Amino acid sequence: MSARDIGAGGTVALRPRLLGRSTVNLVVAVSVLYTLLPVLWLVLAATKGRDALFGSDVLSLHDFAFFTNLRALFTQDGGLYGRWYLNSLLYAVLGAALGALISTACGYAFDKYRFRHKEKLFGLVLAAVMVPQTVLALPLYLMASGTGLVNTFWSVFIPVLFNPFGVYLGRIFSQGYVPDEVLEAARVDGAGELATYAKVSLRMLGPGIVTVFLFQLTGIWNNFFLPLVMLSDQHLYPVSLGLFSWNSQATVTPDYYPVVIAGSLLAVLPLILAFALLQRFWRSGLTAGAVK
Amino acid sequence: MTTTAPLPAAGERSPTAVPAKRGAGRTARRRQLGACGILMTPFFALLVTVFLIPVATAVWLSFFGADEPGLGFGPERTVFVGLRSYAAVLTDPTFLSGLGIVVLYCVIYIPVMVLCALALALLLDSGVVRLRSWAQLGLFLPHAVPGIIAAIIWLYLYTPGLSPVIDLLGNAGITVDFLGIHTVVPSMVNIALWSNVGYNMVVFYAALQAVPHEVVEAAVVDGAGPVRTALQVKTPLIRASIVMVAMFTLIFALQLFTEPMLLSQNTPMISSRFSPSMYIYDAAFNRNNYGLAAAASVVLLVCTIALSYGVTRWTSRLDARSARAARREVAA
Repeated sequence: MSARDIGAGGTVALRPRLLGRSTVNLVVAVSVLYTLLPVLWLVLAATKGRDALFGSDVLSLHDFAFFTNLRALFTQDGGLYGRWYLNSLLYAVLGAALGALISTACGYAFDKYRFRHKEKLFGLVLAAVMVPQTVLALPLYLMASGTGLVNTFWSVFIPVLFNPFGVYLGRIFSQGYVPDEVLEAARVDGAGELATYAKVSLRMLGPGIVTVFLFQLTGIWNNFFLPLVMLSDQHLYPVSLGLFSWNSQATVTPDYYPVVIAGSLLAVLPLILAFALLQRFWRSGLTAGAVK
Repeated sequence: MTTTAPLPAAGERSPTAVPAKRGAGRTARRRQLGACGILMTPFFALLVTVFLIPVATAVWLSFFGADEPGLGFGPERTVFVGLRSYAAVLTDPTFLSGLGIVVLYCVIYIPVMVLCALALALLLDSGVVRLRSWAQLGLFLPHAVPGIIAAIIWLYLYTPGLSPVIDLLGNAGITVDFLGIHTVVPSMVNIALWSNVGYNMVVFYAALQAVPHEVVEAAVVDGAGPVRTALQVKTPLIRASIVMVAMFTLIFALQLFTEPMLLSQNTPMISSRFSPSMYIYDAAFNRNNYGLAAAASVVLLVCTIALSYGVTRWTSRLDARSARAARREVAA
C-alpha cells in the first residue's frame, strides 16, 4: 500500500461522516425489516380466519381467530398435528442429543490420540460433510427396505445421528477446552482412559457438546427430504412433512390454509426457544467454525 | 444396527501401528488406542452404514437397469447395463435443464448471499450501528425458521389474494407475478437469502471479532477511512470464513429441493424434475427407475465434489499468490 493511496482514502472517508452514519443505520434497519416482516406476517396471519386471510386484511385486528385456528389445527384429521409435533421433538431432541455425544466423542479422540493415517481418516469425515443428502436418499431407502426398517421411526432416526460437521467441531472444542495436561495428570494418577473421558473431559467438553446439539437440532427439525423418502405412514411424519402434505391439500381445499399457517407458526417456536436459551453456545459454535 | 458395522479405524487400533513414545510403555499405548477406538466406533459405524455403503450402492446401482422397468427392486431383478443410465441422464433434456436451473440459481444466489452477509457484518462491525445486538438477533431470526416453513411463508407472500406484498405493489400500480417463468428462480433465491443471510452475517461478524485491534488501528493511523478499512484491511483478513461460507452455500444450493418441491404444489412453472435433486426423487420414487436415479445421484455427487475441490484449489492458489505478494512487499 503506497502513501498516495492512503492519503486519497483518508480525505474521501472523512467528508461523508454524518451522512455515512445514517446511511449505515438505514441499510441495517431495512435489512432487519426484510428478515422480520415475513415472520410478523406469519404471526398475524395465524390470528386470521380464512376469509380475512383472503381479504388481505392481515394488518387489521378485527377478525381475531387465533384460538379457532388452534382448535382447528389440533382437531384436523383426527389430531394428526399433535402427533407430528411429538414426532419432530422425538426425532430432533433425542437424535441431536445422541448424535452430539457420538460426534464429539469422535472429535475428542481425533484431537487427543495419535494413530496412523489419522489425517486421512479426518479427511474422509470432512468429505462426508460435502456429500448431498439427496445422493444418499435412494440407497438409504433401499437399505431400509431391505432390512424392513422403511416406514419406521428408525429409518429417519438412525441417519440423522450421523453428523460429520459435529466431529470437526468436536475436534476444535477438544483442542480449546480440554488441556492435554489434564489427560497426563489422569494417566499419572492411574485413571483409565475412558474413565477420564467420562468423568473429566466430558464435563469440560460440555459447552461444545451443547453447541453441536443445537446445530444438529436445527438440522433435524428442518429435515424434509429423508422423511419424505422413508415414511408413508402419516402417523410417523415430522411437522415439516406433515405441513407439506397439508399444504398440497390447501390448493384444493382452502380450509387448510389457516391450519397450515397456524401449524407453521407453532413449528417455529421450539427452535426460537432453543436459540434464545442457548445463545452463547451457537455464537461460540459459529466462531469455532468460522475462524479456524 | 450401529454396532455391527465394520470399523474403518480397526487397523489403527493395532498396537504395532504406532511405535511407543517417550517411555509411555506398550501397554499404556495399547490402552490409549483401545479407548480411542471405543470413542470413535459409534461415529464410524454410522459413517459406514449411512455414508460409505450408500455412496457405494449409488455407484453400483447406476450400472444396473431393470429388465422390465417398474417391477420390483434388488439386484436379482436387474441386469448390468454399463454406462447406459449415465448416457440416458446426460442426454435427458429435463435433467440438463435442471442442471442449468441450479447453475443459474447458484450464479445469482452465491454472490448476492456472500456480498449481503459480508456487507451487513462489516456495517455492524463498524461500530456505527445503533441497537447492534437487537439488529443481529432480528437478522438471525429466519435461521430459526425451518426451510419448509420459510418456503410456506414466502409461497403465501407470492400468492395473489393472500399476499399483502402483491396488494401493496398493486396499489402502487405494479403487477408482479412472483412465480412466472422469469421470476421463479429469483423468487427461490429470495427465500434462501432470507433464510440464511443473517446466519452467514453472524459467521462473518464472529470472524471480524478475531481481527487484531492493532491491525485496524494501524490502518486508521495511516489515514484509511472506515470504508477502506472495511474493504481492504478487514475483508482480506476473514477470507477463510468467506470461502467457507461460499463453499457451504454452494453445497446446499446444489441440493436445491425443498423450496421448488413446495412451490411446485402451487405453480405449473415448476415441474417434478425442476432441479437435479427433484429429478432424482422423481426417477426413484415416481418412475421407480433406480438405475437412472442412481446415475443422476452420482452425476450430482461428482459435480459437488468437483466444484468444492475447484473452490479449494482456487482459493489456496490465491492465498499463495497473496503470500508471495506480501513477501515481495516486505523485501522491497
